[in-house]
Amino acid sequence: MTEVSMTVNGKAVSGQVEGRTLLVQFLRETLGLTGTHVGCDTSQCGTCVIHVNGKAVKSCTIFAQEADGAQITTIEGMANPDGSLSPIQKAFQDYHGLQCGFCTPGMVMSAAALLAENPTPTEAEIRAYLSGNLCRCTGYHNIVRAILAASGQGVAAE
Amino acid sequence: MPKDHGIGASSKRREDIRFLTGKGRYTDDINLPGQAHACFVRSQVAHGRLKGVDISAAQKMPGVIRVFTAIDLEGVGGLPCGWQVTDRHGNPMQEPGHPVLATGKVRHVGDPIAVVVAETPEQARDAAEAVQPDIEELPPVLDLRGALAEDAVKVHEELSSNLCYDWGFVENNREDVDKAIATAHHVTTLDLVNQRLIPNAMEPRVAIGDFNPATGDSTLYTTSQNPHVIRLLMGAFVLGIPEHKLRVVAPDVGGGFGSKIFHYAEEAFCTFAAKALGRPVKWTCQRSESFMSDAHGRDHVTKIELALDKNGRFLALRTQTHANMGAYLSTFAPSVPTWLHGTLMAGNYRTPLIYVNVKAVFTNTVPVDAYRGAGRPEATFQLERVIDKAAREMGIDPIELRRRNFVTEFPYATPVAVEYDTGDYHATMDKLVEIADFAGFEARRAKSAARGKLRGLGVNCYIEACGIAPSHLVGQLGARAGLYEAATVRVNATGGLVVMTGSHSHGQGHETSFAQVVADMIGLDENMVEIVHGDTANTPMGMGTYGSRSLAVGGSAIVRATEKIIAKAKKIAAHLMEAAPEDIELKNGAFSVAGTDKSVAWGDVTLAAYVPHNYPLEEIEPGLEETAFYDPNNFTFPAGAYACEVEVDPETGKVEVCSFVATDDFGTIVNPMIVDGQVHGGIAQGLGQALLERAVYDEYGQLLSGSYMDYAMPRADDLPSFTVDHSCQTPCTHNPLGVKGCGEAGAIGSPPALVNAVVDALNRGGYEHITHIDMPLTPSRVWAAMR
Repeated sequence: MTEVSMTVNGKAVSGQVEGRTLLVQFLRETLGLTGTHVGCDTSQCGTCVIHVNGKAVKSCTIFAQEADGAQITTIEGMANPDGSLSPIQKAFQDYHGLQCGFCTPGMVMSAAALLAENPTPTEAEIRAYLSGNLCRCTGYHNIVRAILAASGQGVAAE
Repeated sequence: MPKDHGIGASSKRREDIRFLTGKGRYTDDINLPGQAHACFVRSQVAHGRLKGVDISAAQKMPGVIRVFTAIDLEGVGGLPCGWQVTDRHGNPMQEPGHPVLATGKVRHVGDPIAVVVAETPEQARDAAEAVQPDIEELPPVLDLRGALAEDAVKVHEELSSNLCYDWGFVENNREDVDKAIATAHHVTTLDLVNQRLIPNAMEPRVAIGDFNPATGDSTLYTTSQNPHVIRLLMGAFVLGIPEHKLRVVAPDVGGGFGSKIFHYAEEAFCTFAAKALGRPVKWTCQRSESFMSDAHGRDHVTKIELALDKNGRFLALRTQTHANMGAYLSTFAPSVPTWLHGTLMAGNYRTPLIYVNVKAVFTNTVPVDAYRGAGRPEATFQLERVIDKAAREMGIDPIELRRRNFVTEFPYATPVAVEYDTGDYHATMDKLVEIADFAGFEARRAKSAARGKLRGLGVNCYIEACGIAPSHLVGQLGARAGLYEAATVRVNATGGLVVMTGSHSHGQGHETSFAQVVADMIGLDENMVEIVHGDTANTPMGMGTYGSRSLAVGGSAIVRATEKIIAKAKKIAAHLMEAAPEDIELKNGAFSVAGTDKSVAWGDVTLAAYVPHNYPLEEIEPGLEETAFYDPNNFTFPAGAYACEVEVDPETGKVEVCSFVATDDFGTIVNPMIVDGQVHGGIAQGLGQALLERAVYDEYGQLLSGSYMDYAMPRADDLPSFTVDHSCQTPCTHNPLGVKGCGEAGAIGSPPALVNAVVDALNRGGYEHITHIDMPLTPSRVWAAMR
């Protein structure tokens, strides 16, 4: 077992991990941050996307030890300081960009990373960026609309 | 003007707040003190004799608490099948045993053989690799038709063959149908495959068993669409635990699409092992494990023949299907290719004679059961493909051919045993023609052609039987359960309401839409209504969510219970205002005496019910809580018309979906935003089937498509945005809300539209020999068809 320390959602945390402990396991099991999900075992589904040092990362693709010293943001750290929904989260609710909610944390984290890189993406750019995040409920339609809305671009009423 | 609250309003979903902030509580998020972890050892071969299991090495591995094989499951029954189909000779289907852990034989890759329970999930997994099953391999049974050959290897030795049933429907029509087809002006024939799919809800299945030695109560936390059904099946048939000693909790569930209806071995094992070991036992499915242990969907091989007169009127329809059951009968598997399929073969059309034959077959593959649409996509696909082919053969416009045969008068009794209560198929088609801009297609096609692409337009209709329900009817058809729904409405002393429903939300937004219904009926703010679901300890015995039934059946139960609340509240209000109950009116959450200015607020009445100082105690009981069980007298029949435009690249065979338009008649709409979302998701799964998805077994019975690396799920960049419309509304005539159900429509209606569009593109592009391509329409399949 090895001690790892990192900053998660602005708070310093540490814990004991095995060499094989994935970052997502550390977040879910050691820290109890269960908003980050595990939907596959081949790094395909994207339900575990978080931000590591500001970049979107599938937290099942790195070991907890590799994140030693990193700045981590998870879905639990995405709301406004007063606890209200941030603009991206609000857009997902306003445009019905989620149904069962299981892919949602990863989608929100990917969307936030996209908008940080590209503040006004086109629909095609959004779809391409989300190709590492699977959703089985929404058909992506309303996720795309939510991200367009969150970027401040007009979205046609339906 | 869109409504801003109540029935018809696009109320924002209240459940979204917890899902968007990481506060959802899915089963894998639950950890019980002292829990142990289970890992299943699964067969790596498709078919073999299980001669023994060596667990000695595994037992010595670090952290291992106990290794279980079938002999350790003393007193545990097999997994039950909830539906018995009667074959065309009047005999019951062949029903093999379905042990929790393999006994004597393994019958598919993924069949559970043993379970390691250890202190951590990693230790359980490590030790599972040390379990050594001794398996003598047998030839696998994989081909549906070959499985029925006289000398075929049998999946179950105790059965007479691999045939589960040979079902004929309606058997009395058979000779007339044969005669009509033999003498018709034109007969169109089509052979097709409705390929096997893997449902793939994003949340893998999880089960946690818990046992309280102080009370003797067992609890199962599970990823289920219907916790009461699991409690009944597992308690009564597998573990012998009466309902009052067994609680089943299905908390937030990350999608189901049918695959979480069924009672699975892992649920029974964890509940059993928790008692045997005296500590909670948790199992979390790995995704690669889900591929070989979640029930699969579809897998039909069909020949369909449609007879028409010279004017294109449908005279008779005959279909013969081989349906794959897999290695065992999953919970509702026998009903899918029969009653959920055969009864829909009339589609939206007046076909006077229909005969459906289905041979259900056991093979060495994962069991197949209901997946979004369940039988109805298979029916719709065959019918709408053969109609399209007939239109091309007879030189009739495909929309015109459909219109000539539409059912236009309701109620309409089909020759396949169901009665459509209401509908307007011309209206949804008119709407489709309008919004899909068929008039502009030629110009779009010319533009595509200028870029070297072949453009095509595909149209189809669909109808489905939803609100799966009428207990008296499904009982006659072989269901071993009633299919009503239940609700309890509890009004608290200060006026807030808690609605406890047997329906289960795993993405459908019931916490919002059910609250809209109750708030609308009483005239209250939606936030005064809380919806509770998913726990057998605090909800009435209901049958859960599947078959697009939640609002039509579960919502109706809520309406009935709320009506009882209102009737009693009026009596209390009448007493408070010294008036006659029949003179009391309820509006905007206040009671008034008709024709006077006397009124009392909702909260005054609810308080009186629980503080009955001034109360008609001699006439009515205190309190304000009512339960209703609602069992409808018919299915509901949502219907619609879909259009798809595609571009095919003749160089590569790649299909691009340019547009997809859906016009649906769902009857009354409670929350249009949620309905749109349900249709989008259904279309995505339908287009996934049509373009990308296919479960593939090799000749040894190995599942080649066993992960997201190999099974092509639709991704954001595979799909277009959709146009959906549900302004055509013919309310259901027999439920109190007039709703029909919208959850499966997209998955049912979209595959034929896409295939019709590709065949159209290829025919317009000069490939007139192509009349059909089996799904999924991958570039290689389309390219090969063009060669």
